[in-house]
Amino acid sequence: MLFGFEWDTSGPLVFAVSILPILLVGMWVTIQATVLGFFVALVLGLLWAVLKAAPSRLISWPATVFTEFLRDTPLLVQLFFLYYVLPEFGIILPAFMTGALALGLQYSAYTSEVYRAGLEAIGPDQREAARALNLPAVRTFTHVIIPQAVPRIVPAMGNYLVSIMKDVPVLSVVTVLEMLNVGRIIGDRTFNYLIPLSMVGGLYLIMTLVASAALRLLDTRLPKQGIPLK
Amino acid sequence: MHWTEYFSPLLQGAWVTVQLTVYSTILGAILAFAAGVGKLSSNLLLRGISVVYIEVFRGTSLLVQLFWLYFALPVAGQALGIDLRIPPVVAGVLALSLNIGAYGAEVVRGAIQSVHQEQHEAARALNFTPRQTLTAVTIPQAVPEMMPPFGNLAVQNLKDTALVSLISLGDMTFRAEQLRNFTQDSTTIYSMLLLMYFGMALVLTLMMRTLERRVGRWRGTGA
Repeated sequence: MLFGFEWDTSGPLVFAVSILPILLVGMWVTIQATVLGFFVALVLGLLWAVLKAAPSRLISWPATVFTEFLRDTPLLVQLFFLYYVLPEFGIILPAFMTGALALGLQYSAYTSEVYRAGLEAIGPDQREAARALNLPAVRTFTHVIIPQAVPRIVPAMGNYLVSIMKDVPVLSVVTVLEMLNVGRIIGDRTFNYLIPLSMVGGLYLIMTLVASAALRLLDTRLPKQGIPLK
Repeated sequence: MHWTEYFSPLLQGAWVTVQLTVYSTILGAILAFAAGVGKLSSNLLLRGISVVYIEVFRGTSLLVQLFWLYFALPVAGQALGIDLRIPPVVAGVLALSLNIGAYGAEVVRGAIQSVHQEQHEAARALNFTPRQTLTAVTIPQAVPEMMPPFGNLAVQNLKDTALVSLISLGDMTFRAEQLRNFTQDSTTIYSMLLLMYFGMALVLTLMMRTLERRVGRWRGTGA
């Protein structure tokens, strides 16, 4: 029994049906971790992008090296680091929060590049035109650059959202009860790994297919020329 | 234990990590070419197999694939009456290369499709067979296009090898875990581990850049 649901091992099909609700509880945790991790990645990535674009090399250099470091080291090791090292400095977070933070940190390195590429894709002529129209710098950014950068940024960010979802099972090593961990516990207790783990794989496939379809739909809905203001 | 004493076990693990990375990258590249070319094949069966392989391995999590091969496959074998128990190292290499191969297949497909149509027409005019066109005209020009994304995938693969420590394979992360259990000195051990992975990734990136320049001369002269 797990999360109050009993399993029935009398036959393969009955077993599969009886553990489905348990796996769905795990799936819900997976989705929550994905969303929270993605949010952290979006915020931190923007911060790194701004720091990397700083005019002073004293700021842009360390930011570049740090994001490179985040990108080139395994998520699992970063997670272990946060989980075991943060408490030594008095920062004690629940496992789920540590996991979401690790996901967000790793992917912030990738999202910072998306922000940078999105902003650079807008040619200098746009800035020149804004200047010729005597727009202040802030309004140029909020009314010219951002509306044009968003449609370029969204599809790439969507791909990372799906990647984050596929990395959530790593959180199982710090006791987060996401879908794979739940599937494995069922396997441990029933001595049948084949059905729960295959179901986890199948549910993952459904999740990524649905997410990809949603992103494609979003992509076709986004105006290519930028978001019209008012 | 003084921190310099951590090096010996970590380096032992590093060697396993290097081997895993090399084997799974090579096997992954072979799978990538097979599935990437297969997806463009006119043979419906080949195309179907390639598409299903790519979608399944890109659509699920690597850790799920690893656990499935290690925990679930033997049960499936038992049900079928065959012994499918595989040692951790085989499960690890297989999962890593199947996963990276699926990502690589999309790179191969994209690069092949980016070769200009007139190249195919020229090959046809010169009476090349489809096979000759593929091996002598298309692939040599497509390979330089594949190299930058392949470099990223190789680093991705290096990072992914850390997951095999979860099926008790003695890689660098596994050794670090053992050391931590023994000494409780998490900060030093994990900092060293992170830096060692970073160093390995930098070396791998450098190697892939060199390879990229090497094959760069196969590029068509931009007809």
